[in-house]
Amino acid sequence: MGKILMKGNEAIAESAVRAGGLLYFGYPITPQSEIAEYLAHRMPEVGGVFLQIESEVAVANVLYGAAGAGARVWTSSSSPGISLMMEGVSYIAASELPCVIVNIVRCGPGLGGILPSQGDYFQAVKGGGHGDYRCLVLAPSSVQEAVDLMPLAFDRADRYRNPVMVIGDGMIGQMMEPVEFKEQKFPPLPPKDWATTGCKGRKPNVVNSLYLDPVVEEQLNFKLAAKYEQMRKNEVRFEEYRTDRELDCLLVAYGTTARVCKTAIQRLDEEKICAGLLRPITLFPFPEDKIYELAQRSKVVLTVEMSTGQMVEDVRLAVGRTKPVYFFGRAGGMVPSPEEVIEVVRKYVEGGGR
Amino acid sequence: MKVVFKRPESLSVTPTHYCPGCTHGIVHRLVAEVVDELGLRERTVGIAPVGCSVLAFNYFNFDFQQAAHGRAPAVATGIKRARPDLIVFTYQGDGDLASIGMSEIIHAANRGEKFTVVFINNAIYGMTGGQMAPTTMPGQVTTTSPRGRDVNDVGYPIRMCELLSSLRTPGFVERVAVHNPKQVLNARRALKQAFMYQRDNICFSFVEFLSTCPTNWGMFPVQATKWLEENMLPYYPVKNFKMPETAEAKNAD
Repeated sequence: MGKILMKGNEAIAESAVRAGGLLYFGYPITPQSEIAEYLAHRMPEVGGVFLQIESEVAVANVLYGAAGAGARVWTSSSSPGISLMMEGVSYIAASELPCVIVNIVRCGPGLGGILPSQGDYFQAVKGGGHGDYRCLVLAPSSVQEAVDLMPLAFDRADRYRNPVMVIGDGMIGQMMEPVEFKEQKFPPLPPKDWATTGCKGRKPNVVNSLYLDPVVEEQLNFKLAAKYEQMRKNEVRFEEYRTDRELDCLLVAYGTTARVCKTAIQRLDEEKICAGLLRPITLFPFPEDKIYELAQRSKVVLTVEMSTGQMVEDVRLAVGRTKPVYFFGRAGGMVPSPEEVIEVVRKYVEGGGR
Repeated sequence: MKVVFKRPESLSVTPTHYCPGCTHGIVHRLVAEVVDELGLRERTVGIAPVGCSVLAFNYFNFDFQQAAHGRAPAVATGIKRARPDLIVFTYQGDGDLASIGMSEIIHAANRGEKFTVVFINNAIYGMTGGQMAPTTMPGQVTTTSPRGRDVNDVGYPIRMCELLSSLRTPGFVERVAVHNPKQVLNARRALKQAFMYQRDNICFSFVEFLSTCPTNWGMFPVQATKWLEENMLPYYPVKNFKMPETAEAKNAD
């Protein structure tokens, strides 16, 4: 199949359908309502379920129920809606249920605005809901990559029995790009023999996160922690751009911001300033080893985000005090321009690092 | 020897943690009897709430999910939409259903989700130690209404059957009580009806059980029964509020 021009939100929806994400529950919110609108007509065509639910609070709990019954289920929303889902996501993680949550991030805090932002990094990678849990977090930087990551998101959700969050800024959801839907193959998944599908021929299954005995509750916490450790070992994904050389500046950026950084790097070449980019594709687990390694070959490190500085904390943890780590960010729906990034790189490189 | 009384297969062999005189045990048994009688055990999924019956999954002998506070109707929606062949019921108290879960129950009922709700109304929060519920009676003393529920300050108790039966979407809504054998038999009839409507894929079904909480009411069980009769029955009439679509209602469209 050739490439077709699609809006990010619709392409994400179509990719999810093709990946078998045939149950979708959601609540309208800009800038991702096209996902629900697309699925409202698409799901009946493929024998799937589209249902508009009364609130995002309820949506996350509908996901819990459907996932607990063994379905491949997903939702999408944008920042304020994702906040409302955090209760359910915590329960889903604790009960070890699979689901996929797409967050087309808009600017905040509060009602904020409807323009792109990366201000939900902390919420996505540090938990967001209550308790000791993590989501696997995937961050596409193009419509094609969003399409490619959806099947992976569903597979990993099932494989780890854990919520997977696909986090794209408003730009990823709203822009149109040519995309191709490529079939992806994954190893067979274990049967969902834990699901509540009726107890015919077996003992009853219980989907639950209540453990009043601290010994048992601690065991659950350690079991979850071991799962996240497996993710750290096996699921780190990133892209390197122009890092095959000694660097004046290592840029770290994800999503739309990474594309701005690539343009900046090309132009900086003309000024004989060697910059390279490390683009995390997984925000959790975070490519900390790779960032440390590349930082050692660079004079300085600069993190660029559409926030006032969130991922930069993880970059600093990765780099430690071995190299100076600087930050540049725009917020409130403002997208950094290549010119701004170039200027900041110039300033820190010419400042000589340390 | 002829067996005249036995544990329903749908109840597990687990002693419950409920207080003496609490009516949860009766309602659990009624649910189990009805599920057995209709032959639904192997395709039933219960949803436990947050509240005294949070551990219901230990007491029934079929699949269960435990829901966040008030969200059982959302969880049931997810299960039923994923697997319409399953028989799904929520088991919820008054704090869970009529306070924090008000939005979820109304919208599930209004969508006509084809699951059954077992609603326990004992006019108080039990698990957290006797606080005022949306269903607490006017003047009733609780730990958070120490001078009695002041209706000028916090409004009147919410009547869920009345509220839900105002929805246009077809459904089965009935209030029953379990404080004497006659009422228990009536409750069993209504509950069976509710599960049958679900089994036959006809409509959303909701049965409210007027219940006692001797511990948090500060009464002996017999006193609690009397209190329910004198205070709750006049305010919460035991009756059917709504039956699924009749020819009459269809003609009204």
